[in-house]
Amino acid sequence: MKTVRTDQRVERMLGALAVALLVLIGAMVVTVFLKGWASFSHNGLSWFGPGGDVDEQLRAMQQATPLPGHSPYYFRAWPLIWGTLVTTVLAVVLALIVSTLAAIFLTEFAPAPMRRTLDPVIRLLAAVPSVVYGLIGILAIAPWINSNLISNGRKASVGYVVQLNGADLATATVILAVMITPIMVALISAALASVPPSWHEGSIALGVNRWRTIVRVSLRTARPAIIAATVLATARALGEAIMLAMVSGGRGFAANPLDGITFLFEPVRPLAATIVQNSEGLTIPVLAHTIYAIAAVLLVSAALLSFAGWAAKQPLKRYGIRA
Amino acid sequence: MAAAEGTELRPLAPGPGVPVVRPRRQRTSSWPLIDRIGYGLCWATGLALCAIAIAIVLYMLVKGIGYLKPSLFVESPAPAVKQDEAGGFFDPIIGTFILTGLGILIAAPVGVAIAAWLSEYARPRALARAVESAIEMIGGVPSVVLAIFGLLVFSQGVLGFLSQRAANGAVYGRSFFAAGVIMAVLALPLIVGSVREGLAQVPDHMREAAYALGKTRASCIRHVLLPAIRPNVASGIVLGMGRIIGDTAIVTILIGVTLQNEAVGNVPIIGNLRGTGSTLTSYVYTNSPAGEGGAPQKAYAAAFVLLMIVLLLNAIVTRLSSDTKPLGRAAFAGRLRMIGRSLPWTQ
Repeated sequence: MKTVRTDQRVERMLGALAVALLVLIGAMVVTVFLKGWASFSHNGLSWFGPGGDVDEQLRAMQQATPLPGHSPYYFRAWPLIWGTLVTTVLAVVLALIVSTLAAIFLTEFAPAPMRRTLDPVIRLLAAVPSVVYGLIGILAIAPWINSNLISNGRKASVGYVVQLNGADLATATVILAVMITPIMVALISAALASVPPSWHEGSIALGVNRWRTIVRVSLRTARPAIIAATVLATARALGEAIMLAMVSGGRGFAANPLDGITFLFEPVRPLAATIVQNSEGLTIPVLAHTIYAIAAVLLVSAALLSFAGWAAKQPLKRYGIRA
Repeated sequence: MAAAEGTELRPLAPGPGVPVVRPRRQRTSSWPLIDRIGYGLCWATGLALCAIAIAIVLYMLVKGIGYLKPSLFVESPAPAVKQDEAGGFFDPIIGTFILTGLGILIAAPVGVAIAAWLSEYARPRALARAVESAIEMIGGVPSVVLAIFGLLVFSQGVLGFLSQRAANGAVYGRSFFAAGVIMAVLALPLIVGSVREGLAQVPDHMREAAYALGKTRASCIRHVLLPAIRPNVASGIVLGMGRIIGDTAIVTILIGVTLQNEAVGNVPIIGNLRGTGSTLTSYVYTNSPAGEGGAPQKAYAAAFVLLMIVLLLNAIVTRLSSDTKPLGRAAFAGRLRMIGRSLPWTQ
């Protein structure tokens, strides 16, 4: 009798711990929203829109002197949101192409020694801390781009709005793509490897060559998993802060695609990087509310992406594939 | 195909139990051009990934070894304009150890307990599903968001004993304690995931045998299941450590920007934990051109040490999770799934 009671007590204790975690996460969502609400409610939906220089608005909050003609809460986040969108989308597209090819290579074509090399290589790329990626970006790649790819004429052409110095959209995108490639390779090749071998062999037996078999059978079957991997990688790219704070140029500027190639060399600053760079000002109430509002946007995006990833994987269950 | 290759007749399919032998080398000469291009691109990306990895390691090796001096490991960082006088990274290394230790000390028991509850009890089901998605959500939440949430929590007056109070009673909210707790949250999904994977692999007959011998569920978990999945627990912990060591955002926001570790009060260990300081990641960040220090040589040296620590942990995980058998298709898929779930870099 006594042991049964102990057992129940253990179950309750473990359950209580799990519930505590749930409460903690709930509390996080609620407090971040409550704290950021002042910023949202003052600006309304224009919070998400364009309007003026966002860096100036943040600086005004830091010095606790409102911009002339505006309330201290005046904030238009569009350049930051645009920076986030552009870096994330470009990096994910780049990484999707690279990692699909790499995953096909890894599961189908790589000879055994090559496969044994790639396994640790992917682990390594995944394990490098983001600050190290950032350091390489800011000290090696950005100066190289600055001196070799950006001509003086190009600098002069946009000189009246921004300075180009190599810490820019292109650098940020390429490094971000390298950072999210490992997760995508891992997830996509896991999905490819769990396509039932008989489907694959059936196609080969019909005389289809191996490349077409992979494209027509394996990739098509694994499509939901590829979408799920993309969504997950998007979430990671969205949340990346330190590396982007280091290499993206750190300027709240909405890079303009109409500038052609120059667009790639314009500085941006995504939402997460903005939080890091303004974290010193969290003691100033107005700035703090704005930063928590940014955090709330990130939190909602992360939750939506996590849900989308789950939903995208559902069709695979039909085939009984676990990926 | 078979008829064209040899004169002897081959059976159409190998008999049951006979492994299918695929040709060692691909023959692509008969493929259409576009397929051959695709095949070539696959090889190119595979080699390019290897090249990137080698380039990163070599670059850090060259820069790191060039600027690394033994004295860097024993000197504290000092504020200086010239890089030669800026001291070493003794404090950041200690900070990294303290923070990782504290984070794992909290995350490991909590993670194992939650995983055990999710896999072995999970009643009521709705609650278990909710906890599962909460853990999944932590995995996706940017760590900056976790960090500023932590700052909000730890600057509450009640929790003042975990950091320091200003003269006017305001709580600073930044300390090793605060960062350690939030780091534990960050590492939790990795530990829970790894332990659950292990528990799912334990065959049911082991549980049934334990119950048949009159063991309760709790005792079965403690004395049968946990010892059986010790490698999974270990690899979860090491993955969590990798994540904690590599994270920068939580450190810069929750420990602050002072490079030296500064204790609060006179109690030796508690005082250090209540104080602020730095870790290797925040040291690299502060000394890079992005921070204020502008001492790239120190940043390179510290980043090299950081990379070596992370690679060492990585090797340990591989060792723990590797079977000596060559990678078969199924084992390979399982392994990849594990890497995918656990990516330690996510800042």
